[in-house]
Amino acid sequence: MDTGIIALIGRSFIAICDELGSLFIFLGEALKTAVTTRLNVAQFFIHMKRIGVDSFIIIFLTGLSAGLALALQTNIGFSRFGIEEFIGTVVALGMTRELGPVLTGLMVTGRAGSAIAAEIGTMRITEQIDALKTLCINPFQYLIVPRLIAGIIILPFLTIFSMLCGIIGGYLYCVYQLNLNPESYISGIQQFVEMKDITGGLIKASCFGFIMTWVGTYQGYQTVGGARGVGISTTRSVVLASILILIANYFLSAFLNQVGIS
Amino acid sequence: MIEIRNLRKTFDGVRWITDNLNINIPDGQMTCIIGRSGEGKSVFLKQILGLIKPTSGTILIDGVDVTKLNEQELQQEIFKKCGYVFQFAALLDSLNVLENVGITLLQRGEPMEKIKPIVEEKLSLVNLVPSEILSKYPSELSGGMRKRVGFARTLMTNPSIILYDEPTTGLDPITARVVHELMYKMQQQFHITSIVISHDVEIFKYVDNIALLYEGKIKFFGEAKTIWESDNPYIYQFIRGLADGPIQVEVAHQPEF
Repeated sequence: MDTGIIALIGRSFIAICDELGSLFIFLGEALKTAVTTRLNVAQFFIHMKRIGVDSFIIIFLTGLSAGLALALQTNIGFSRFGIEEFIGTVVALGMTRELGPVLTGLMVTGRAGSAIAAEIGTMRITEQIDALKTLCINPFQYLIVPRLIAGIIILPFLTIFSMLCGIIGGYLYCVYQLNLNPESYISGIQQFVEMKDITGGLIKASCFGFIMTWVGTYQGYQTVGGARGVGISTTRSVVLASILILIANYFLSAFLNQVGIS
Repeated sequence: MIEIRNLRKTFDGVRWITDNLNINIPDGQMTCIIGRSGEGKSVFLKQILGLIKPTSGTILIDGVDVTKLNEQELQQEIFKKCGYVFQFAALLDSLNVLENVGITLLQRGEPMEKIKPIVEEKLSLVNLVPSEILSKYPSELSGGMRKRVGFARTLMTNPSIILYDEPTTGLDPITARVVHELMYKMQQQFHITSIVISHDVEIFKYVDNIALLYEGKIKFFGEAKTIWESDNPYIYQFIRGLADGPIQVEVAHQPEF
């Protein structure tokens, strides 16, 4: 066998292990700081706004579009069996259990996760992080922990909003496009959607918020080089966080289903 | 006293940025480190403060070995008494001048009414008019002003040691002179031990000692007032900007004329 290929596989494996190792060391440091130091409340609220409030428009648009599309696609199948009154149930279940949290996680990763990586990356290459250290300010306390906690807390709120927008989108399609009875749409949701469907979605959203801020802050913090380095960190943060969110979504769904939360 | 012994640093295992470097920085004096661009002067300076870990060697600041300290110990033992003036000031973009200079106190939860007069005092020390710039953001300041704001921020911790990373790079000669005089004034007023990295020969008028870094080692260390009479071949070549001498000029390719 070609030793070049073996060497390439070996190098890639070592690189992946190295990256994973530093990702978890970074997380360990962040968790230690979160437990042992006071939360920077001002920074926490700034990032609640940046990650959450500033994302409302895109969450509204994606949630609404997802609800409309889901209702349209469901109608294609359900109309063949004459069970259109269940479209509302499917839209609501789809939005609360899967689409709401996943779409929110991915969209916020694209918008806020990339901004986090770019901002911290720029701070790294312009020596602002070193400056914080020399001023006796713990960069993890000032930069990392407030973003992590803000992400974990704000994502469920955005997800509730996304779920609502999706359900409203489905309602608009069913009532105004298909001329279905609005009461049957709503009663279907009331009858079949349980609290645990929503709870499960919100737990997943919180985990996605954690993944998004963890990867974004890590990639920014590890930035090397100049503007190109910031670009690479930003891209890597979006790609890695998106992949991790999609993988975590499966395992979280299975786990929550197993323990009966979702 | 800052004592550096057998300091070695490599990033790639091939090229040694500092190579068995030895130097003593006298207390209460200003020592200037000169050397070619890309020689590793900034890396050397950051190693002194523990911002970059050396590969081997010891750095003693008042008897404490910086190389043995973790992040928390560095904060307790080193950063409280050492200040660092960054090459491009490293002001936080998202904060205005008041918040940038007062950030240490802000993080301790001190009220703004208490912080503001202290910030104003430090800004006045660096010849800035507080009322004109307190609410400005770094992007609204000129290069010289940014450096002075960075300087004021360093003074907030009342350091006994200050490290300056090319404090006058990119400044016009008049502003550079203002910065040099400011450094000199701080030195005289507070007896701060200072290490300055600079390419500007004008700084020789203001510093006590000069050290030349070449190929990872200190090739010359002497008093600034006699520098122009020195017959050390390295310093002779460097301060006169001569092409011939022991210092090799790095040329990637021969230009065609």
